[in-house]
Amino acid sequence: MTLSVTLSVNGVRRDVTLEDPRVTLLDLLRERLDLVGTKKGCDRGQCGACTVLVDGRRINSCLALAASYDGADIVTIEGLAKGDLLDPVQAAFIAHDGFQCGFCTPGQIMSAVGLINEGEAGDDPDRVREGMSGNLCRCGAHAGIVEAVLDAQKQLQQRRVA
Amino acid sequence: MSDAITLPAPHVRLGSSSGQPVTRRDGHLKVTGAATYAADNHPAGMLYAVIAVSTIARGRVTSLDVEAAKAHPGVVEVITPANRPPLSLDPDEKVGLFGFRIDALQNDRVRYARQPIALVVAETLEAATEGARLLSPTYEVEPARVTFEDGEAYDPPAVGVGAPPNFAKGDIAAGHAAATHRVDTTYETPAQYHNAMEPHAMVAEWNGDHLTIDTPNQAIVMSRALFAGYFGIPPENVLLRSPFLGGGFGSKAIMNGPYILAILAARMMQRPVKMVLPRDQMFGPVGHRGATQQHLRLGMDAEGHLTALEHNAVATTSTFDDFIEPAANASHNLYASPAISTRHGGVRVDIGTPGPMRAPGEASGSAALECAIDEAALACGIDPLEFRLRNYSETDPASGKPFSAKALRECYAEGAKAFGWAGRPLSPRQMKDVQGRLVGWGMGSAMFPCPMFPATARATLRSDGTALVETAGADMGQGAWTALAQIAADGLGLDVERIEFRSGTSDLPDGGVAGGSGHTASAGTALHNAGTDAIARLAEIATADRKSPLFGAGNAGVEARDGRLYHRGDETRSESYADILARSGNASVEGNGTGARDPKDAEERAMFSHGAVFAEVKVDPDLGQVMVTRLVGAFAAGRIINPKLARSQLYGGMIWGVSFALHEEAVHDRRSGRIMNADLAGYHIPVHADIPDMQALLIHEDDPYVNVLGVKGVGEIGVTGTVGAIANAIWHATGVRVRRFPITLDKLILDPGMPA
Repeated sequence: MTLSVTLSVNGVRRDVTLEDPRVTLLDLLRERLDLVGTKKGCDRGQCGACTVLVDGRRINSCLALAASYDGADIVTIEGLAKGDLLDPVQAAFIAHDGFQCGFCTPGQIMSAVGLINEGEAGDDPDRVREGMSGNLCRCGAHAGIVEAVLDAQKQLQQRRVA
Repeated sequence: MSDAITLPAPHVRLGSSSGQPVTRRDGHLKVTGAATYAADNHPAGMLYAVIAVSTIARGRVTSLDVEAAKAHPGVVEVITPANRPPLSLDPDEKVGLFGFRIDALQNDRVRYARQPIALVVAETLEAATEGARLLSPTYEVEPARVTFEDGEAYDPPAVGVGAPPNFAKGDIAAGHAAATHRVDTTYETPAQYHNAMEPHAMVAEWNGDHLTIDTPNQAIVMSRALFAGYFGIPPENVLLRSPFLGGGFGSKAIMNGPYILAILAARMMQRPVKMVLPRDQMFGPVGHRGATQQHLRLGMDAEGHLTALEHNAVATTSTFDDFIEPAANASHNLYASPAISTRHGGVRVDIGTPGPMRAPGEASGSAALECAIDEAALACGIDPLEFRLRNYSETDPASGKPFSAKALRECYAEGAKAFGWAGRPLSPRQMKDVQGRLVGWGMGSAMFPCPMFPATARATLRSDGTALVETAGADMGQGAWTALAQIAADGLGLDVERIEFRSGTSDLPDGGVAGGSGHTASAGTALHNAGTDAIARLAEIATADRKSPLFGAGNAGVEARDGRLYHRGDETRSESYADILARSGNASVEGNGTGARDPKDAEERAMFSHGAVFAEVKVDPDLGQVMVTRLVGAFAAGRIINPKLARSQLYGGMIWGVSFALHEEAVHDRRSGRIMNADLAGYHIPVHADIPDMQALLIHEDDPYVNVLGVKGVGEIGVTGTVGAIANAIWHATGVRVRRFPITLDKLILDPGMPA
């Protein structure tokens, strides 16, 4: 059984033929489209390492069947920077040392972008902590991650005002 | 906050890089998704392998439906004990210092739940996964033994990695008899699983008798030899690539069965094979921290000085291997006592073999010791900080040797000040917040040894004024790529931007083990020495060259700085590395170095990092829910190469302490022997909402003995101290002493002493 799916991934149209309907969006990205920045940490929607944006909203791509995302607009960690110019969230993660091993980082960053898009980041650290709690970090980089999200949110807000 | 950068010992050249909060050099790769982890590799023609694991904990596999699996479209091979080709090493042999017995389909025995029992190879991940399901194993089941009560007790010949199981100093019976206050208490810690965010992964490709493997590894060159051994090829035929590890915590320093099976599959199929463990398979064949029961008996005199410190620990291990969590050893080197006695016992259970997990021994042992010390302070009616100061050891309690450096007193003082410890009520249940939550403050001492592992490095000064430095180190998030490059830059007298740093592959000089908090010290010392060796060679060339302004200065008469050699007596005489090399006709000059400690210092001194951790918790009196609301640690760990990264490491350790105290526990079903929470929904680690504002103070400490750099380690010490601090704060808030970790709300609200 083969299925045809057309997706926009990081602004590029991708026509995909799926030989197997069981393929998840995560495995499609990683194993078939060579977009390996998105990580598989649990394959059960429990760790958030696979977070991507679908039509602007953050989802766990391991819980999404690729076949049901025909026509969707997907942004992964590879599509966040504009050329050499990092997204403010990416830059803030570097500045605040918001990672150690880096494995959960793509998911943390996509989740932070989603959180800010949702207008839910605010300037209250506890709100950010709550909103980022679907993304596990085992190294213990939590302090830097929360600082980075708050900083990025502030910068984006200032940019909008200016 | 105490950010002051420690000045190096006088004999160490102070470079411009070390001590600076340099931003992670791999940061850009990590935030753009461009950092490649093992499972990101996809060689042409690659197959996927999925392990089938046992659903029983003890018995025998009686059948596997290989036909059904093979009939699934895309499945190309099923490997079982019936067709598994021979290996050159017996999986039941222990090889090397970190040798473990592994399960690689050597027979049909099942020794623990989630043991590999077959491997399915297919064209797609989906087909391999389904193929593994279709095997539908049947078993001859034997009763599982997974608890201390059900297991078989024995006296382990060694604990941890080769440490003696028992220790005694002084007359422990006399110490107990002399006591006017006594504490007799037992703490339990559960089995914990490393659960690095990156599951174990292997991409293997054979080319004749040469093997290339992409796999996360904490001990690259040592592991290369072991992999080679299983397949009967020389070590140099194996190229192990591990540029980034998605966390390791000890579990990626040791061999496991699935890796060997994936490599075997690649050889059988003559195609590259990728195998990534699903999360639930991280709870079985890849190590864990064994459960412990720890009995502590402390005696104190009327003034609160310890007269006896007795710490007996029993730890679980597997039925077929011997790693015993060396928990009681946490009582050897911290508190002064005329009599110290520690003993270890083992209990064999039907669980995968435990192994080293971030602060092995120290984490579990410190958890129990620091709680017992809190109980002892209470028994004497003394503030816990004052009690620790009264029992401060000026020399190593176990050996009597002087410490190479010990700034624990400063850690206590600075930590207490930053936290606001003064004025803490002695009795529990004295503080509430505006919401009516019970507030408590607790503390713990932190300590961790300073091992060094054999390491080598190479430094090559190039004619363009840059340098290449190489060592097969491992960066699992500590920031090794950054901190080691900083050290290398200083050894060569170059700016870190002029350093090309190569690491993470097995064809480089052995960078030792990223473990035991000893990687920066070991690989760093090797890099430093390689740099000074290269500079010495360059100086030989310059000082022997009549055309050089340094002619005649002699080797020791020059100093390397900013890419130039300077005459020590006359700063106006100098020459750039590039000019020296250009005139000499050499394209480059190479230096080599090893990372080792002065054996005399190693023999004469006790070497540890120290710290003090202070915690505030708030406990809901009705629900028993615990929130850690403040956490302050103060740590003295010798010279800090990069305060930004060191602080991140210390935070990480402290968060592991939060996790140990409140969250982590593998729950075994006593009937089936299976772990019932083998996923990240049921096996809890802290989420962002669990982690409060934290402070990690870096306390100035000069250590002229620990190694030429004065560097100790910061990777694990944060776990120690923190667990006790939180547990003690919970007691202080509630008056309830929970002696079985993790401290969950059920244990609090079901306690009759819990205030309503």
